[in-house]
Amino acid sequence: MGKKSMADHALGSVKPSSSGKVSLIYDPRARGIFYQVLTVFLVALFVFMVTQNTIHNLQKANIASGFGFLEGRAGFDIGQSLIEYSSDSTYADALLVGLLNTVQVAIAGVITASIIGFIIGLGRLSQNWLIAKICQVYVEIFRNIPPLLVIFFWYKGVLSILPNAKDSLELPFGMYLNNRGFAFPKIIPESGFGIAVAAFIIGIVASVIVSRWARQRQMQTGQQFPIGWTRLGLILGLPILVFVVLGAPVSFEYPELGRFNLRGGSNIGPEFISLYLALSFYTASFIAEIVRGGIKAVPKGQTEAANALGFRAGLTNRLVIIPQALRIIIPPLTSQYLNLTKNSSLAVAVGFSDVVAVGGTMLNQTGQAVEIVAIWLVIYLSISVSTALFMNWFNAKMALVER
Amino acid sequence: MMAVIKPYVRSEMAPAMPAPSTAVGVAHWVRQNLLATPKDVIMTIVAIAALAYVLPGLLDWLLFNATWTGSDRTACATVSAGGVVPDGQAGACWPFVQAKFEQFIFGRYPIEERWRPILVGLLFVVLLIPMLIPKAPYKGWNALALFIVLPLISFFLLTGGFGLEHVETPLWGGLMVTLILSFFGITVSLPIGIILALGRRSNMPVIKMLCVLFIEVIRGIPLITVLFFASVMLPLFLPDGWTFDKLLRALIGVSLFSSAYMAEVIRGGLQAIPKGQFEGADSLGLSYWQKMRLIILPQAIKLVIPGIVNTFIGLFKDTSLVSIIGMFDLLGIVTLNLSDSNWATAQTPITGFFFAGLIFWIFCFGMSRYSQFMERHLDTGHRS
Repeated sequence: MGKKSMADHALGSVKPSSSGKVSLIYDPRARGIFYQVLTVFLVALFVFMVTQNTIHNLQKANIASGFGFLEGRAGFDIGQSLIEYSSDSTYADALLVGLLNTVQVAIAGVITASIIGFIIGLGRLSQNWLIAKICQVYVEIFRNIPPLLVIFFWYKGVLSILPNAKDSLELPFGMYLNNRGFAFPKIIPESGFGIAVAAFIIGIVASVIVSRWARQRQMQTGQQFPIGWTRLGLILGLPILVFVVLGAPVSFEYPELGRFNLRGGSNIGPEFISLYLALSFYTASFIAEIVRGGIKAVPKGQTEAANALGFRAGLTNRLVIIPQALRIIIPPLTSQYLNLTKNSSLAVAVGFSDVVAVGGTMLNQTGQAVEIVAIWLVIYLSISVSTALFMNWFNAKMALVER
Repeated sequence: MMAVIKPYVRSEMAPAMPAPSTAVGVAHWVRQNLLATPKDVIMTIVAIAALAYVLPGLLDWLLFNATWTGSDRTACATVSAGGVVPDGQAGACWPFVQAKFEQFIFGRYPIEERWRPILVGLLFVVLLIPMLIPKAPYKGWNALALFIVLPLISFFLLTGGFGLEHVETPLWGGLMVTLILSFFGITVSLPIGIILALGRRSNMPVIKMLCVLFIEVIRGIPLITVLFFASVMLPLFLPDGWTFDKLLRALIGVSLFSSAYMAEVIRGGLQAIPKGQFEGADSLGLSYWQKMRLIILPQAIKLVIPGIVNTFIGLFKDTSLVSIIGMFDLLGIVTLNLSDSNWATAQTPITGFFFAGLIFWIFCFGMSRYSQFMERHLDTGHRS
């Protein structure tokens, strides 16, 4: 109870009762308790009635409550799955497949949307009038169209009118495009491929160590170390070198055009492609605006000060502008990533089996509405909460250290 | 020696010279904005090349190669698919939109009763326009008519009663349903959002906790799950014999969803109001609701108008999701009509989606432009 309630109290004492004490009706504390008790009572009553009705309705429909149904046989197929799954698997397996699919499309979408969004956002700030206008048109178009429509546009408008599998469009490197999706060579690792992967991991670790050492050295002696090239060499050069030395231990299984269908290779279904493209393009328009806003929010004095210190344009951007802009960009950017993850539930509209689509199928089969909605809630809320925790940590790390 | 040295001093201004020819006109503008640096030159060339690649194809598809008249699929299909369009040529199939236009607007609403939604639409426009013009008088009465009276009248006009034929909601569809859903969602979510935001800032722990719980749970989950919840769980919550209209379920789902987002926008506005305003209102002896209604909310809402309109735009776009739970809003009815074998050609889906996208775009773009206008209009310059 701070100043405000004291003011309330003073207000209450304008009309003192005859005894000089404040009447209970005018006591803000008593009022507060009364309102809260009333709210609790009403909410409890509402919850009680709803529960009673639900139990009654479920009994009437002969639906057993509880999560036991998850052990039952699913009986439906899932087109695209990252793990072993057949219609004989359990409902729990189906949900796991759905969850993995959600995560897959969300990660792919986040990466692509960030890349497009940053390019478009920087383009809008370009000195070049034509580039700035093209980027603005992109943003204004995609921001103002429902994502579901974009998904349908790709799925029913573009991908489904592609030719049949037997006369697929041929793309370079043995890739094909048809109305069943996008087929590309499957990478089959041979013995020794593991060593190249190990070299990649070693490269990452080594570059981290070298960066630390270079930073320390620069702090102590002022001498700079060409850290960018070193990193590139360690992370990309080392594994490529190992790969070549071992004699490229990898082979490709190319999709082959049969009489009716493509055989072999890997295939990505049109459901995934349309969802992924639509989410990326849609979210990119929002990311572009966030990036633009963040960079514009860095005061002009910062650029001028950096110029006065003799920084070149590249260094100014890298050391002065971008670190400050990122501090503004990252919180809204995370919420866009969350939005993309939530929008991936639009998969149900094109039949891509994400967690909502799988849950919907289960709901139709078993009628376990309460349990399935609860599962959805838990899954999405845990994604949101973990992102929020990460954001708090990140904000605390990035926050300006002030006096 | 004594001669006075007269310094040369101009007594009148020299006439202004015209700017050098390189600093004015089209040439200057092009140099400044398109060809300033070598990098710019390259980017301009790339951009022009990209436009030259995309624009002619787009215009061909939209206008020059498009089919404009016809009564069934033969007008739009290629020769090899049994139509009249030369093979290899692709153009929009506008007769499809013409033929289905009324369905896209009204859904399967009975044809002889369509004057009713038209009347509602006219009333809506007549009431909305003065509401949007800042100088128009009688805002209070106008708002009352638009947000309270109009929904009541439209309810009876659209569903029937009082001698009008009853039209069931499954027959409603098209743009009409999209507009009803979003207007209802906007009208309901703003007051609920305000109440939730005030609750979240309340001193009473129980009320604060309930509001935070509601807002964070709803904001954490996708709209589809809320709509599934509304369409599958709400009937379970009701006592025997009660049923819920499908449209009403969607309305409840959409409104609950957007009110949580609205609450966060308004909370942002409330937090931006200096403490002195609250204390000033208290010291004037205003009650809590007087304080909020007369002092705090007018300032807070003004601050967050862009956010509110963004929520409206989001809501308008989100109404397209009701097609997933089996209702035929604009997007739903377009998708439904794509399966009409009378019009099944390769170009029909793209044309239909282009049309639906254009309508969505016009509404959303209009709203965002209006919010920019209001922002400038309401900017009293007090913000420091």
